[in-house]
Amino acid sequence: MAAVSIRDVYKSFGPVKVIQGISMEVADGEFVVMVGPSGCGKSTLLRMIAGLESISSGEIAIGGRVVNKVEPKDRDIAMVFQNVALYPHKSVYDNIAYGLKIRGLPKAEIEVLVQRAAETLELSALLKRSPRELSGGQRQRVAMGRAIVRQPAVFLFDEPLSNLDAKLRVQMRAELQALHRRLGTTTLYVTHDQVEAMTLAQRMLVMNQGRTEQIGAPLEVYTKPATIFVAGFIGSPPMNLIPGRIEADGAALVTEVGERVRLPQAMVAFAGRDVLLGVRPEHLETCDEASALLTPQINFVELLGSDSLVYGYLGADKRGVRLAARLHAASAQAHDGALPLHFQAQHMHLFDPASGQRIQA
Amino acid sequence: MIENRPGLRLFCHAMLLLSVLTLAFPVWIAVVASTHTAERMLTVPIPLWPGTELLDNYRNVLLKGVAGASAAPVSRMMFNSLVMALSIAVGKIIISLLSAFAIVYFRFPLRMVFFWMIFITLMLPVEVRIFPTYKVVSDLHMINTYAGLTLPLIASATATFLFRQFFMTIPDEMMEAARMDGASALRFFWDVVLPLSRTNMAALFVILFIYGWNQYLWPLLITTDESIYTAVIGIKRMIPGGDASVDWNLVMAAAVLAMLPPALVVIVMQKWFVKGLIEQEK
Repeated sequence: MAAVSIRDVYKSFGPVKVIQGISMEVADGEFVVMVGPSGCGKSTLLRMIAGLESISSGEIAIGGRVVNKVEPKDRDIAMVFQNVALYPHKSVYDNIAYGLKIRGLPKAEIEVLVQRAAETLELSALLKRSPRELSGGQRQRVAMGRAIVRQPAVFLFDEPLSNLDAKLRVQMRAELQALHRRLGTTTLYVTHDQVEAMTLAQRMLVMNQGRTEQIGAPLEVYTKPATIFVAGFIGSPPMNLIPGRIEADGAALVTEVGERVRLPQAMVAFAGRDVLLGVRPEHLETCDEASALLTPQINFVELLGSDSLVYGYLGADKRGVRLAARLHAASAQAHDGALPLHFQAQHMHLFDPASGQRIQA
Repeated sequence: MIENRPGLRLFCHAMLLLSVLTLAFPVWIAVVASTHTAERMLTVPIPLWPGTELLDNYRNVLLKGVAGASAAPVSRMMFNSLVMALSIAVGKIIISLLSAFAIVYFRFPLRMVFFWMIFITLMLPVEVRIFPTYKVVSDLHMINTYAGLTLPLIASATATFLFRQFFMTIPDEMMEAARMDGASALRFFWDVVLPLSRTNMAALFVILFIYGWNQYLWPLLITTDESIYTAVIGIKRMIPGGDASVDWNLVMAAAVLAMLPPALVVIVMQKWFVKGLIEQEK
């Protein structure tokens, strides 16, 4: 059990700056997910916490102790890797026991600890097998067993589920959550999958190009994205972002091609400013023409059963801004051509196109 | 082949049989010759079917040696050959495993320079560097010793290169997981890398054992005393030059004996050998 502090951490590989000043305090027992597109530095950050990469500048502390120069084995952490990395020639039992054996624990004690870890993960029946004889999910559980058996202060997960198929991933996600509830160990989890991030995290750290975009609880990140990047990254399909200028009275936004989008609430404070208006596809609703805020031309519908994804563009021709809306299956069917849509004021997001930051509270 | 014509199949099998016969005939002659008396072997035509002297010939060769040419018994020579082949095979495997491990898993200054230095020696076979090597060995007073016989042949670029390539296929996460578990570098080598290299080691052992057993030029230079002759050199010395008569029956018996250990190694380790060459255990 320990808190983790990341204080203004930088990392460069030669001239390439991978991590550019990240700070975060992870509370004891918290489940934090680091999420971002590939190459954003999230794995590197995790490996720096693990001690597999050196820290170019800044400090990382685990349980109040600065660990910049501490060997991985002395950091009181355990890590689960993306490709599992079980020792292929050792049985499941020996894989789990290896770390304890190296620490020189007596055999009887190792036996007890391994059995307990195996019970937690429902691996008891598989202890004599070799990793080759296990399914992908079982292997991942053995890798977790290897981590929990040492009862570390912090768990580190590096995209542990990305090699599994979709169904197994959902199941393992639930198991991971249950495991965290039971053990209450501080957990840092890296993924590029926003669904994993949303479902697992108590707080998430959204990263892009080695920088922090936003730190917050999943729902907060979803409802109040701090930057254009977060707005586009979290949510599927991504948030609609409509560039334009707010009219003098603050009642509407005019796009480049002259299309007018009425705002559900007058934005006098931003009158005359260039902004990006953000609305999530799931917050767009059909309505009659009189109350329509925007009227895109629909050219493509995907029927998903429970609902439908409707794609179109704002403006007279296809140079207009592309839009997506998630609508009820019934209301989407009839439409081809102009579709009047509206949205609630609390679902409106405004961003500054130059800085990429959110400008409205 | 896709066609299934009887004529073609007959032809293929005839060719195969012919090749097998061509290859096997000299071996057959050697075996047959070792079962006759020396006089019978000098008559024309030479016999093509086994005679009755098998036990006597082999007993003579193994225990007494071939009179006149070299007095050392073949059993002694075979022991020398065994020591040489085993030392070379085991020594090469140990040295190349360790050097490949160092090159793959450690970042030290001039790492690539060392790798290339090892790699370049691939282009220098024993024959090219034989005189300087001889000088060194003789200055160290290692003529007629097992050390002199084996040490210069132990350094191996080929095996180092092979193990390097194999180690590079072991995922980095394996090493990182071991580090997390608290294993030191040598512990990781012993507990993970070595067990994973088993099949590669077996395949190399077969190749290197035969390489060591069949060494000719180097033992020819470095051994002047009968007690340290290897089987290959012993056989050569059994055949005196000039008009002196040769006990072909005994020479052939020695040759047949010298063929056995490499054949045995191949047969016993065949399964591992093939496994090591074609598949990686992962």
